[in-house]
Amino acid sequence: MALLKRALRLLFARAEAIFDWGFGQSNNPLANLGALGWYFFWIVAATGIYLYVFFDTGITDAYASVEYITHEQWYAAGIMRSLHRYASDALVIVVFLHILREFSLDRLRGKRFFAWLTGVPVLWFVYVCGITGYWLVWDKLAQYIAIATSEWLDTLPIFAEPIANNFLNSATLGGRFFTLMVFMHIFAPLFMLFLMWLHIQRHARARVNPPRSLAIGTAITLLALSLIYPAVSQGPADLDVVPASVNLDWYYLAAYPLLDVLPGGQLWLILVLGSVFLALLPWVPPAKASPVAAVSLDNCNGCGRCFDDCPFSAITMGARSDGSAFAAEAVVDADNCTSCGICAGACPTATPFRRVSAMVPGIELPDHPIAGLRESTVAAAAGLSGESRVLIYACEHANAETLDGAGSKVISMPCVAMLPPAFIDFVVSRNLADGVMLAGCAQGDCYYRLGDEWTRQRMSGRRDPYLRQRVPRERLNLSWLPSGSARRRQRALTDFMTSLQKLPPYTRKQRSRHG
Amino acid sequence: MANALRYTLQVAAYAAFALMTGYFSFWPRYDYASPEAAVVKVSLSHAADRTEPCVRLSPQEIAALAPNMRQELKCERRRLPLILELDVDGQQTLRLQAQPSGVWEDGPASIYERFDVPAGSHRIVARLRDSARADGWDYTYTEDVVLEPGRYLTITFREETGGFSTR
Repeated sequence: MALLKRALRLLFARAEAIFDWGFGQSNNPLANLGALGWYFFWIVAATGIYLYVFFDTGITDAYASVEYITHEQWYAAGIMRSLHRYASDALVIVVFLHILREFSLDRLRGKRFFAWLTGVPVLWFVYVCGITGYWLVWDKLAQYIAIATSEWLDTLPIFAEPIANNFLNSATLGGRFFTLMVFMHIFAPLFMLFLMWLHIQRHARARVNPPRSLAIGTAITLLALSLIYPAVSQGPADLDVVPASVNLDWYYLAAYPLLDVLPGGQLWLILVLGSVFLALLPWVPPAKASPVAAVSLDNCNGCGRCFDDCPFSAITMGARSDGSAFAAEAVVDADNCTSCGICAGACPTATPFRRVSAMVPGIELPDHPIAGLRESTVAAAAGLSGESRVLIYACEHANAETLDGAGSKVISMPCVAMLPPAFIDFVVSRNLADGVMLAGCAQGDCYYRLGDEWTRQRMSGRRDPYLRQRVPRERLNLSWLPSGSARRRQRALTDFMTSLQKLPPYTRKQRSRHG
Repeated sequence: MANALRYTLQVAAYAAFALMTGYFSFWPRYDYASPEAAVVKVSLSHAADRTEPCVRLSPQEIAALAPNMRQELKCERRRLPLILELDVDGQQTLRLQAQPSGVWEDGPASIYERFDVPAGSHRIVARLRDSARADGWDYTYTEDVVLEPGRYLTITFREETGGFSTR
């Protein structure tokens, strides 16, 4: 399993490096697969509503209404039909890439199982929506699907009479089952939307919209495809004639040819066992549970910054339980906490300058205490030598350990956003190093979802806690790269060290507005 | 120059995405059945006899029953399985036994089968047993058919209309 993950990670890293260059990190399609899935869903929903206005839901007139949509009104409903189809296909593509990528990046285990587990039924509903949709056109492909699906369903021992009897010949054709398909094609997407909502419930600020340029680019692409190669029907269904050869939509119907070589019951077994296996992947093997964030009420003033920054909605602000004058206190939900430490980085009491009392912030990870981070910082700085000494705070998932050398020391942490900005001030103002590098995951693709974004905002003074103005920004380097970018990371470090050499010796500036 | 290359890569990526989406949305074409062959579908849903014949109760026996349970016939609930045989040109193509539906096996038994036959003239013989008889058949049907390539022949059974029929 680990080998498979590593191989996939390597593949994705290669592809992402190319897309990073071409699209820019934040617009990288591979880093926005989930959001693109939502986007395609909305395109399918909007075009579906438009098509429903012109669609005749009776089995005898359905085909004619689709022909009207396709040919008579090609400039509007026809394009909508093609967009409906191609956006549905694009949805399958991004869903599978999303599954593979999240699997390869191991973003499914431990406390993160929920999104993975709730994603499995979404997958089933994608197919229910697609298959019922093709049924409604009532052309030769629909006839093939109707016969193959009903025969397949009949292998389940739950129907008193074979459903396939509905499609025996043109004399026995009944509209009731067709009406059920119309009903299912409307309500299955609604239920799927509910499951998609459930899928992102443990994600604070879930990204459900792709970046604007990516949204425009994909919309133009699908529109161009719809114009160049519009979706058309495959001739009217005739239950007396065998639909011997059909153009399958392989994204939705790839399993159907298997019905010709496998008994239907076996295919059900494969799909059900496959789904169970997929659902159990977060526990194969079980993740080591890290201690969750702990609140120190003596140091928590209930400011709510940790609550704002937690990417997994693991922190709530509850009523004060220690009788202090503060209105609220942070409460950690151990079931949701992924031990990323971003809350510690957001805590204003997490400062290495603290001298009066023991260095215990309002919230921190028990196995990565802020006091320990200060000790590591001082110890690593003591080992630095050369003209441009760089202290590197690196995310464990960024694979930045290779940057360790005489002039650069790496301090690893679960997420780079665990670092309170005051540490950078501490390092620079105490002359522990000439510069600080923050090495995190690719921009917009943080292992813990929001770490890179919060860090950038904190460093640029847009999010509390801010990096103090007195810290010369030229002594700080933010490096956001995918985990498989060791050479690019090394190049970024070399460039940063070169730039540090050109700077005059650091002198402490006066306190500024943020200082 | 770098920007031009970036835009070119974007256009190429979008084009590849469109090509991949569009191609597998229709192609490759799938041949579901041979265009030279005809397809026979056999479908029937029929309740076989009960495992024990119904017994007519005497007036005394009926009177002994609770008022809401009084009826002339006392019947066993379970039904027998259906046995179907189908020969094409003298060759046995199907022999099926279908169990009655329902938890108590008191519902109709259903059979649905589909198979290819070469187009042309064929003699179809269908036999069905729905009783407890050990030998012989309750329904037998013979028909000479000419099957066109790419057409369906459906064989159905309805007791009310006298048994088997084809279309």
